[in-house]
Formats: sequence, structure tokens, C-alpha cells
Amino acid sequence: MAKWMSVAQVKEKIKESSAEEVTARYLELIGKSKINGYVTVSDKALEQAKKIDAEGHDGPLAGVPIAIKDNISVAGLPNSCGSKILEGYIPPFNAHVIEKLLAAGAVILGKTNMDEFAMGSSTETSHFGPSANPWDLERIPGGSSGGSAAVVAAGEAPFALGSDTGGSVRCPAAFCGVVGLKPTHGAVSRYGVVAYANSLEQVGPLANNVEDIAVLMDVIAGYDRRDSTSIESKTEYQKALVDDIKDLKIGVPKEFFGEGIHPDVEKAVWDAIHKYESLGASWEEVSMPNIKYALASYYIIAMSEAASNLARFDGTRHGLRANGENWHAMVSKTRAEGFGTETKRRILLGTYALSAGYHDKYYLKALKVRTLVKQDFDKALSKVNLLMAPTTPNPAFKIGEKIEDPLTLYLSDVNTCPINLAGLSSISVPCGFTDGLPIGLQIIGKPFDEPSVLRAAYTFEQNTDYHTKRPPEVA
Amino acid sequence: MAYENPDGVKIGLEIHIQLNKLKTKMFCGCSTDYHNAAPNTHTCPICLGLPGTLPVLNKKVVEAAIKVGLALEGEIAEETQFHRKNYFYPDLPKGFQITQYDYPIVSNGKVVIEGEDGEHVVGITRAHMEEDPGKLVHIGSIEKSKGVLIDYNRSGMPLIETVTEPDMRSPKEARRFLDKFRNILEYLDVFDGNLEGAMRVDANVSVHWGTRVEVKNISSHKGVERALLYEIMRQKNVIRRGGKIVQETRHFDEGRGVTISMRTKEEAEDYRYFREPDLMPMRVRDWIPKIKETLPELPDAKRARFIEQYGITDMHARSLTSKIMLADFYEAVCAKGVDPKVAATWTADVFLGELNYRDLLISSYDGGTIGFIHAKDPEVKNSFKVLGMTELVNLFSEGKVSDRAAVEVIRTILDGTEEKTPSQIIKEKGLFKAEDDLVTKAVAEAIAENAAAVQDYLGGTEKSLNFLVGQVMKKTKGTADAKTARELIVKELKE
Ligand SMILES: [Zn+2]
Repeated sequence: MAKWMSVAQVKEKIKESSAEEVTARYLELIGKSKINGYVTVSDKALEQAKKIDAEGHDGPLAGVPIAIKDNISVAGLPNSCGSKILEGYIPPFNAHVIEKLLAAGAVILGKTNMDEFAMGSSTETSHFGPSANPWDLERIPGGSSGGSAAVVAAGEAPFALGSDTGGSVRCPAAFCGVVGLKPTHGAVSRYGVVAYANSLEQVGPLANNVEDIAVLMDVIAGYDRRDSTSIESKTEYQKALVDDIKDLKIGVPKEFFGEGIHPDVEKAVWDAIHKYESLGASWEEVSMPNIKYALASYYIIAMSEAASNLARFDGTRHGLRANGENWHAMVSKTRAEGFGTETKRRILLGTYALSAGYHDKYYLKALKVRTLVKQDFDKALSKVNLLMAPTTPNPAFKIGEKIEDPLTLYLSDVNTCPINLAGLSSISVPCGFTDGLPIGLQIIGKPFDEPSVLRAAYTFEQNTDYHTKRPPEVA
Repeated sequence: MAYENPDGVKIGLEIHIQLNKLKTKMFCGCSTDYHNAAPNTHTCPICLGLPGTLPVLNKKVVEAAIKVGLALEGEIAEETQFHRKNYFYPDLPKGFQITQYDYPIVSNGKVVIEGEDGEHVVGITRAHMEEDPGKLVHIGSIEKSKGVLIDYNRSGMPLIETVTEPDMRSPKEARRFLDKFRNILEYLDVFDGNLEGAMRVDANVSVHWGTRVEVKNISSHKGVERALLYEIMRQKNVIRRGGKIVQETRHFDEGRGVTISMRTKEEAEDYRYFREPDLMPMRVRDWIPKIKETLPELPDAKRARFIEQYGITDMHARSLTSKIMLADFYEAVCAKGVDPKVAATWTADVFLGELNYRDLLISSYDGGTIGFIHAKDPEVKNSFKVLGMTELVNLFSEGKVSDRAAVEVIRTILDGTEEKTPSQIIKEKGLFKAEDDLVTKAVAEAIAENAAAVQDYLGGTEKSLNFLVGQVMKKTKGTADAKTARELIVKELKE
């Protein structure tokens, strides 16, 4: 069995052998893993595959294994969010996307590592330690969905689900050389996904190719009455996969090529844009003057929402509970022991930003900037069909290199978080390498214009071979 | 004459009411019918705030809130907006409460009450929707509690918090307001005030137009009146002794009838409100005309109609419309063709009086039977039939039973355990009014047999007349009408 298989190849293999055999093969690879990508391997995966073999299943993903980020609730499996505070918590219900996957016949391999509560860009804030980048085991895989990206890159799952609050799907996709989509806010139900920053985040797929992203979107996207922010749409994602971008107008926002960008990243992205040009597209530079405030606005909003979201982890109903002489002491100790440094930092900053006397100065101002950033995108996307930019200004860094310097670490999100502020869709596809490390091209579309985004990504893939490159270390 | 308000009292109220007549909770599908259920059996991942769950707004809550807003003659918001109120407490599963902040569903309403000097308008500043937290149950007494248990059955119950202007000038007015407010809510069929925890009140009070003090979490109308009476007295005495009233929150100790300081303004909490990102605004402007159509006749309108339609007094109409179920019961009795004035007397004065005497609360009405429960023990229940009242009013109107006998019938039904009609009771107890000739015969006998008493009476001893009447009653086994007997004796002796 080939190590890296597309979903179509996996389905072919299932037909030739069985779902059980395919799942067993992935479990074997996971057993030998060197990347710490999985936090929990499901003990029900084989059973699930056997059941599909025995009973048959006509779902689009019948027997196809998948890896799930550890903040997406799967009934019966721990849902740790990379945190100690959720120790012992097993959700009694499935997230909406999990229900959809199970109905489609998917086999859940396990839960993947992540930065604690999705707060980070490296998986280093995980209580379970960092995952390694398959392209260089001394480097981080990006984050926060680093585990999901790493296992896909390493061939330990054909595809995976992550979540993207400020770049958490696209950043690790870029660092690990895989494809990652952040859907439009409202395209995928968030029911059952542990919230970091509700107004910003979406569940997003990670895969080795654009087609598999579309396959997964066709399964998980759509309205869910349990998520009031989800929106009905009739998009058929796989239909968008057409190798043709003639007449495509690309906007290149120069603010995304700012100070500190790695020259190889800049070159690879421009090469990609010229590739599109050679395929019949046109491009122009666009200006988005308010983008420079996006990162600050993003962090204030995300931390404010997070401070509130994480209040429920008080040791009273689930997860870790420390001893205290009274309830308040117990809560303080539980949170002191249960949350990691970065999570505590963000809770404190978020609490501060919402406090009386600072609320207007920080939180309200951040909301105003958010509106301005949205307007910048609206304006730019009224002249062009799509925007293209580097996913991250730099390739994957070394484990431990930036963890002591949160501000530098936060800069990893500089090109991805504006898309979350504006609620748009955006994909990262492999577009080159620097010193053997993958580079990601980010393609940004209007809200609910995933078809254009996917079509452009697919066309690029059909005319380049970056997505066929595999990491040497684990091959 | 205008009320002078000698102590310069200003009272404003904040009232939390549970929309306990709705079938499901505010943001999840859990049933609201938990009052007799075991703890934590009416819960789900959403109202337990499990990680990853999201709220979905129950439209019925919004409809009910709009109904309340229209009944309070308030302005209705164009769309719903929710905020998070952040604080830590064990009964609060998410660590925040979903509530409304700067854009409440209702603003600028009013309620007209019977004030110290006639009709008095109490302004409604705002009314907003929010979720109820769970309930803490102390093991043992609060002071010596060995621990606290949490019951999340209540968590996520829909609440409406109504804030009034400080327009009430006495504890009595505050009580009247609460009675009226509760009455309106029951007319709207969104609220059952008899259920535990259905209404909780915070009262703001100041004297001599000074600093206001908040008395928190009072659970009954009587409690509000008592708390305010105490608090006004306390504030007046602080001022009399040359002290200053500090802005603070106080707790009402129901048992001792006093208020106790909880915290001062400086310690006020910062709730860090911000927009709930999981709920989209819901446009409700277009709902309003439809909801307006479904609005029932409200207490004031019903009272005016009763006076007009049934020719009853304002006092009777007020009393009959003070409870929607009582008003409906009365109208059903009238619909059977009885004399509405007689029915009003028997329903509003006697029947209601006997209920109050027994601490029975009207709790149901199904068109044929009105039911009650005991205020302190909901297990004690009883009921009264429209047909029973109709029969009784007719018997009385036709002169077949005395008023004393009719009262006896009502008491028998209220105290009885088996269902009986008034005529059954009258028959069993021999309460039929004596035939006139029977009374005449008894009068003649009493006079003939008690010459001494007759002499005394004629000599001016009024008391002897009572003795003679007593004899008549004895002979007729109490079925005679005492007034008639008296008149007959006097008439007989004068001739
Ligand atoms: Zn529930």
C-alpha cells in the first residue's frame, strides 16, 4: 500500500482489499510515528472499519480514515484541546462535522495535537508537547492545527480536520506542505468545536491535494440549526474543480509582502502569480491600508472572546479539579494548574481588554478596525476575483526558537488573521521550498466564493508539482 | 387629594420573572417542566455549558417578551441583540450569562396601579431577556452548611428582567405594582406565579430624595413590602441620628424581617459585557403586528367591560379581574344565565374570601373547574366547578337557601375531599331554607312557650329578642333565615 494516498486512491484500495486493512495500515504507520501528531488514537477505529466492511456503506467516505483536531468533539473520545484542564473529560456528543463524517462512512483514526485551546502557531503550547514537522523533525509544524497538518504530510492520515481562528489551518498547511482551507465564516457548523474565538473561527479541512479538500467540504459544509451563525448554501465544492482560470483577475495586496518576509517566500509567491499569468490570468497590485492594524485588532478580539469562553473551565462540572478550601479557591487552583502559560496570558489580556475603563480603548477600537479591514477587502475584491499572498512570511521555525518571545510568535498570523477578521474564505497551497521547507501560497476569495478559490487552487495544482513532493525524513 | 409622600420615598423595582409557561428552555430543547423532577434530570450539553456547545435562541421566548412589552405599552426593539455578562459562580455553567445589555427588547413602558391617591403611573424603563442560572442547594442550613449541591434543571430557563422607574412612593404602591404586574403576565399566559422561583425582585429605595440602597433577591410580594417598610425605617433613623446613607446592596432576611448589608458600591463587580458572538441578531419588527393581534384583553380593559356588561361594582370587577382564571370562571358562571350581580358577590366576596382564609392559591382553570393549591404546600389541592357556583347562585337567587347556608356550602366544598354538588350538600346537611309557614309556626310556638322572655322584651330588654330568635332557629334546625325570623317575632309582638 502506498504511504500517501488521495481519498480516491484510498477508496480504490478499500475496494481491492477492505476498510479494515486500510485502517490497520494507517494505525500501523501511526504506531511508528516520529512526529507526535496524534494525542489520542481511537480504539474504535478498527471496529468502525470492520462494521463498514460487514454491513456495507454507500456514503462518499465509506471506510476512509480521517484525523480530527483535538478541539472537535467526538463522542466517547477525549477532547483535550491540548490542555491539562480537560483531563478526564470525554464529550457525550458529536460535533456537527463529526456527525456528517460518520454519516458519510468515515473512520476516525484519532485526535490530533494542537496548541492549547488553539492559542499558538506551533503546537508548542500543547500540554502534550510539540509535534514535529515531517520536513524537519527539529522544526514546528505550525499551528494551531499542527498535529492535523503533520499527520497528513507524514502520510499518517489521508486528510484531516482542523480549525482556523487566525490562520490555524493555513499556517500549518503552509509549514507542512499540504493544502488547508479556511471556509467562510458560517459555511461550516461550529457545533461541538470548543470555542477559542467564536466570531473568527471555522472548521477547515487539510489534505494532500485540492480535490480532497473539496470532497471533505461537500461532506461537512452546510447549515446546522444548532449553530445560529451557520448559513444555508447550495455550493457543490467538487464541481468547482475545473482546470481553467482564463479571465481570472488576481489582486496582489502589497501589504502582505511586508517587512521581515523571507526572500524565498516572496519569490515563490510571485512565481506562482506569474504561473497564473502564463495560464491566462491577469494580476494587479491592490492596496489595503488598514491591514497593518489587523493583527492587533485580531488579538484583542480573539483574547477577549477567549477569556469569556474559557471561564467554563472551573473544575466544577468536568475535567481537572484541584483541591481548595472553598469553591473560589478550588477554581483558582484548578485554573492555575490546568492552563498553560500562553492560555493564561491570553485570558488575562482578554479580561483586561474588556474591563471597565479599557473596554472602549481596546475592545471597541478593535471592533472598529475590524470593520475597516472588512471594507478594505470589500473594496479590493470588487476590482479583482481573488487575492493572492504568502500564507506566512517565513517557513517553519525551530522548536523552542520563538516560544519565549510571544510577540514574534504572534507575527506568524500577520497574513492569515485579516481573513478571519473579515470572515472570508482562503486556502493555502504548496508553491515552493526554501532550504527543503515548504512555502504556502494563500488564495483569498469573497465570502462564500469557495468555488473560485478552489478552482484557482486546483488549476495551480494541475499545472505544478509542489503538492506531489513528500518529506524525506519520514518517507 | 394628592399624596404628599412625607418621607420623600422613591422606590424602583427590578423584577425577574421566569417564562415558565413556555415548553422549552431559552437556548436548548430541554423541558421547562422540572419543578417536581429529580435534580439535574432536565439538562443537556447546552444548558450544562459543555465545551463546544452553542446557544440557539428559542423564538417563543422572543415572542413572549414582545407580548410582555406590548402589554406594558413599551417600545419594541427592531432586532434581538444579546451580550455576555461575565462572572464566576458555581450555578453558572458557562462562566457567563447570556443577557441583553444596551439594546433591550422592550423600553419605555408603563403600568397603571391603584396608588396612594388614586390612579398612579409607574414607568417601565426596560425589559430584557436573559437565561436563568442553576440553583444551589445547601446541605443543612445556610449558616451551618456542610456543602453545596448544584441543580442545573433551572439553568437556561428563560427570564424577563423588568426595570421600573423609581416611581413608587410607598411599600404599598410597590406591592400593588407587583400584584398588577404579575396579573398582566398571567393574562398573557407566559407565566405561572405559583411555581417556586417564578418571580424574584430587587428593590431600590431612598428617602428624602437621597442616596438609593438596593435590597436584593426578595421572593414574594409580601416580602417586598416588608423589606421596604424595614429599609425605609432604617434609612430614616440613620438620617435622624445624623448619619449618611451609603450606596450599597443589602440582603433581606425573610425570617427576621430585616435587611443586612452585602457590599458597597466600591466593590461593585465588572461584568465585562460584550456581544454574544454565537447569536446572530434576529429581526423582529415584522412580528409585532401579528403578536399584537394575539394579545388578550388585559386586566384594565376587562375590568371596565365587567362593570359595563354585568352591571357590577368597580370593587367587584377589580377583584374578579385580579386573576385571569377567576375572571374566566366568573364569566363562565354568568354565561349559564345567573344573575351576574349575585354571582359577583358570591365569587368576589365569599368564594375569594374563603380561599384567602385557607391560603389557597388559584392555580388552574380548564373552562369547567377552577383549581387551587395551598400556598405553603402544593400537595394540598382542591377545586370548584362552574356548575357548582351556578347552582348555588341560582338557589340563593330563588330564595331556596339562606346566605348562611350558601356560605356553608362553599366551605364544605373547599374543605371536602369528595366531589359533591351544592344540592347534595344542602340535602345531606338539611340546609334548605325553611318554608315560610314552618317559620311562622315556629315563631308562634316560641312566643307561646316563652312568656317570660316575651315580657322582658316588651319591657325593653332587647337581649330577649335574640333569645326568641334562637328558639326559632332551634325549632327549624337552623334552616330559617335569622333576619326573617326576627322580623316575624317583632311583627307578631307589636300586634
Ligand atoms: Zn438543555
